[in-house]
Parts: sequence; structure tokens; C-alpha cells
Amino acid sequence: MTTALAGTDRYLAEFEDLERRDAAATPAWLSELRRSAMARFVERGFPTTRDEDWRYTNLAPLAATPFHAARSVTSAPVSAEHVHRIGSSAWPRLVFVDGRYAPEHLSGPPLPDGARLSSLAEAMLDGEELVERHLARHARWDTDVFAALSTAFVQDGAFLYVPAETVIAAPIELVFLTGRPDGLAHPRILVVAGPHSRVTVVERHVGLTDAACFVNAVTEMAVAPGASVDHYVVQEQGASAFHLATIHAALERDSAFSTCEATFGARLARTTLTVRFGGEGGRASLAGLYVTSGRQHVDHHVTVDHAVPRCTSRQLYKGVLDGTARAVFDGRVIVRPDAQKTDAAQTNKHLLLSDGVEVDSKPRLEIFADDVKCTHGAAEGQLAPEAIFYLRSRGVDEPKARQLLTLGFVREVIDRITVEPIRSYLDRALEARLGPERGSKENS
Amino acid sequence: MLSIRDLSVGVEGKTILRHLNLEVRAGEVHAVMGPNGSGKSTLAQALAGHPAYTVTGGQVTYLGRDLLAMPPEERARAGVFLAFQYPIEIAGVSNAAFLKAAINEMRAARGLQELDAMEVLELLDQKLALVEMDRSFLNRPVNEGFSGGEKKRNEILQMAVLEPTLAILDETDSGLDIDALKIVAQGVNRLRRADNAIILVTHYQRILQYVEPDHVHVLFDGRIVKSAGKALALELEGRGYDWIKDEVAA
Repeated sequence: MTTALAGTDRYLAEFEDLERRDAAATPAWLSELRRSAMARFVERGFPTTRDEDWRYTNLAPLAATPFHAARSVTSAPVSAEHVHRIGSSAWPRLVFVDGRYAPEHLSGPPLPDGARLSSLAEAMLDGEELVERHLARHARWDTDVFAALSTAFVQDGAFLYVPAETVIAAPIELVFLTGRPDGLAHPRILVVAGPHSRVTVVERHVGLTDAACFVNAVTEMAVAPGASVDHYVVQEQGASAFHLATIHAALERDSAFSTCEATFGARLARTTLTVRFGGEGGRASLAGLYVTSGRQHVDHHVTVDHAVPRCTSRQLYKGVLDGTARAVFDGRVIVRPDAQKTDAAQTNKHLLLSDGVEVDSKPRLEIFADDVKCTHGAAEGQLAPEAIFYLRSRGVDEPKARQLLTLGFVREVIDRITVEPIRSYLDRALEARLGPERGSKENS
Repeated sequence: MLSIRDLSVGVEGKTILRHLNLEVRAGEVHAVMGPNGSGKSTLAQALAGHPAYTVTGGQVTYLGRDLLAMPPEERARAGVFLAFQYPIEIAGVSNAAFLKAAINEMRAARGLQELDAMEVLELLDQKLALVEMDRSFLNRPVNEGFSGGEKKRNEILQMAVLEPTLAILDETDSGLDIDALKIVAQGVNRLRRADNAIILVTHYQRILQYVEPDHVHVLFDGRIVKSAGKALALELEGRGYDWIKDEVAA
């Protein structure tokens, strides 16, 4: 508890400093919001393992480390390789370094009329009404400590607005680069998709170094009636990073939302994903794959709130664990009393590549309606020795056989990805990470 | 090509093969027949190097090399191929990716340059016709959701692609209807050459009507108890295995 208090104290000092520096440029609603959120964060403090939602994820090392936000826009050396790793130059793109917008990397074609893609700081400075209406109105900073922390420090990030009936064909890529030792970044994304609009958002988090840093990312997506948002996350933080992500999608009537998250990096990665159906006929497809080794800790807390009737949700999360890695999966599906004709399915599978790994997978179905279809399944397993022998009998040596079978295990998730450059990038990234040389590299 | 001397093999501490002897020369087709539990599959798996089968005695020389000292992948790269009785299903790995990996591992072992995806596809196109499979088979996960006949044809496709020197077909005929059996047999016949050899492990004489063996062996209680020409297969079909058991007991 002492460390947790010391932790919040440090953030409070930073907060007061931010308020002093930013006072003149901050609109009243934002000051108010920040202060309330900070008060909430201080009041709650860092969660401990006594907190049910954090039972298997110990944040003591995070709370004990003095991280500091960048005071100004840093000009860290950013290579084109980091920026253009997945998408082509034809993708609209914003790049952020240590949480701050780096305008020199702006690229991509102009957006359709009325659409807006800009830094959040710029949108707030312009008095963009949609920001005031939606920012921190979806992610539950009153109950989620890290959403509160992000909201208290909200300064910059990405803002995307897609007007009604508008289709943005090219995926919009938001690249967050982090690398400053003991750096603290609060990447923030706000997506407002108007009625019957369509957009794909790719969120990438890249560690430029293996220095310890704390990335507290919050993504809010407001999906209007009939709109469709496809969301991707590729997390490739450095080996000593703490990556905490809060993702919230608010779905209105007949809207569709998909998210697919690939988690590779960070010593501790936690995703708190909430999808809330606010109108009938909504569809959500949630998927994730995580590949961990060494002492990595990956935690997914997924909540799907079927608050209204006739919505469909699908969850598919697959994890590959090696070394002494640990995975936590908590999949909560709430079907509220009125939410008849709910159709919800959840699958969570782990492939255990070593004896030292640990998995805590917990489905939580809270069903208060009777005319519903809800299924869940969880499984843990190792590579089948018979399959390894089958491959070896065809001339494929054991390390390569293990790689092929492991890639096969996550294929189901990859196959859900409809954006070809993301698919092929993940194929390459997985092949490299699950390569036959992996074992020897890890041991050296 | 293959010389098995005094081979004894056990699985889970139980002895299955007892002092088995077999000589196979290039260009020959050998049928190894026998009742259930006689050790036919153990022989096939042991030759392919399945780790669950423990060799407790004897030697196997293949093309002058000590086969038993080689790990399974090395045996495969040296030209030994086992068509599995129960082909393994592999989720998430397409037949094409599986075959590409096998082709390129084999090529690398022989010092040849790897084939790219297009070159692999060209090669596979030629071989697919042999087992009357179409391209859609390549995109499906290995054996997953395949019918029994499709699985066996897939084994023969792999054999056609990898062009083994010594092919061991473990009950490839079992569970096939007559059309599938003909396709499989035709595939095997087309792969028969003067410089390779085939061991057909089978319970029934049926496949031998289509793939004519040079030698027929009867395996019983872990030993080859009778060897003769193809006529022996017909005799077994007519009389069953009991008379062999009686002969051995006598």
C-alpha cells in the first residue's frame, strides 16, 4: 500500500505542474474533467491484487517506478521503418512520439468532405464540439483507475470524425512511438463514427528501445446507428515497458464493431476492453492473439455488455506462451434483463510451449434474460507430439515443425483480418517471433 | 536398399517385433501382410523413426547408412517416406504451406535452392492430377475435415511430391471404397520406378490386385513367418491367417 500511495503522490505532483503550465490554454470543461479524474485516481490509487479485476496482475513494480511524461514534443529519431511498417503511404496516418503528436510524419490522401483526422490537442484548441461531447464520456474513468489517470492528463492524442453516410476506404493508422527511459505516455484516441459511416482504424504501439516506460493508452469509439468501425491494435512495445490499454466501444442501433489485437511486446500488457450495446441489432467481433515469452505478463479483461435485445457478440482470444510467461483472460458477458435474443459466444485458447508458463482464464457469464444464446469455451494445450512427428516424417526438423504448428494455432485469429497489409505483416511478425532460432536467442 | 536384421521393437515396455528380418532391393514392391496385432504398423512406424517405438535390438541398414541412428527428418530427407495409416490433422496449417515446408526442407538438405510459392504451386499442380485432387485441397488445413479417402489420397500426393526412394504404405488401402482404392493404387503404380522400392503394409489382399507385389511376407507375432511370391496373397485371402498360426505353432 505504501508504494501505491507514493505512486499516486508522484502523479499528483505532475498533475499540479501540468495544470500550472496549461491553465491558460485549457477550456473550462476540460479543466473540470481533468480535476475530477485526478481526484478519482488519487482516491482509488493503483489497484492491488486484492482488487478482483487485478487479482492476477501485480502492479507493484509499475506503482514503484517514477515515470515522467514528456514536457514538450520530443524529437526522438524516428525511422521510416517504424512509421511505414504495416500500411502504405496511401493510408492516412498520424504519428505520436511519447504521447505527443509529431506533425512532421503526417501523410496520406485527403479525407472525404466533413471528415476530420487531427491531433486531439488541435481539435480541443479549435473548440471541436464533438470532443467535448465524447471525450471521457465512454471509457469509465469513474470506475477504471487507468482511464481516470489518462483523463487527468489528457492533452494530446488522435481525433477522428467520420460524418454520416461517409466511407473512408483506406485504413487510418495511428502510430504511437515510445522510447524515453522512464517515460510516461498517455496515448488517447477518440473515434466518432456518424450514422451509416464506415471506417477502419489501426492503432500501433511501437517501442523504440527496451527502456522501462509506462504507456497508458485509452481508446474511445462512439459508433452511431448503422455505422461500422473495424479496429486493429498491434502492440510491439519494448521488453521493459508497461502497456496498459483501455478500449471502449459504444455501439448504437444496427452498428457493427470489430477489434483485433495482436500483442507481442511489453513486460506487462493489460487490455481492458469494454463493448456496450446501446441499441438493438448491434454486432461485435472481438479477437486477440498474444505471443509471449521470457517473463512477460499479458492480461485481457473483456466485457461485453448486452444492455439491449438482439445484439450479437463474438470473442476469439488465442495466446501462445513460452518461457515463464503468464496470461490472464477474463471474459465477462453481461446480458441484462431486457436483452432478449442476445447471441454471444466466447472462446479463449492457450498454447503452452513450456512447463514454466501459467494461465488464468475465466469466463464470466452474467445472464439475466431467458431467451438468449450464450456459449463459452476455454482450452489449454501443448503441441501434439503426433503432429510434430508427422511433420518430421516429411523432412521438417523439430524446431521448424513447432513453428509451423504454433503459427497454425493462431491462424484462426489471423484469418479474421480483412485488411491484407495487416494480415501479411502479422504473418511475417509471427514467423519471426516464433522462428526456430527463438529458443537460442532467448537463452543468450 | 533396405536390410533389416534381427530387429526387435517395443512400445510402452511391451515387445512387439521380435528378431525381424527383411531385405528390400531397388525396384521391388514388398507386401507385408498379417492379422491385427501382428506388428505391421509397429514395423512401419519404427522404420520412419516414431519416438514412441523403442528399438531394443537389431540393425537396419538403408542405402549403406545406419537408419536407426537417424532422426525422423533425416530419414525423410534420405528418401524414406511413411504413408500414415491415420494421417494427422493439423489445424491452421494449409496443405500448401505444409507441402511447401516439406519440399523446401528436403531441397535444403540436398543443397538445392528453395522454391518460392509460385514454383511450389506449379509442382503441386502436376502432382494433384495423379491422385485426382483439385487445387482447393491445397488451401484446406492438412487433413482437417478430410474424408477417409481424401486423407489417404493426400498421403499419396505427399509421396508424389517428395518422390521417396523407399515408401512404406501403412494400410493405405483400409477404409477406402473401390474408386478411392483404384485412385490410390494408380498413384502408387505411377510412382513405381526401377530405382525405388515400396513396402505395402496391409491386412487385405485387395490392394494387391492393383499394385502387384514382387514379394509377399506374412508377419505374425512380431516375426516374418512366411515369404513367397504374389500367389501367397491370394492364398491368404482364400484361407485367412489361421493356417499360418497353426504352421507357426507346429
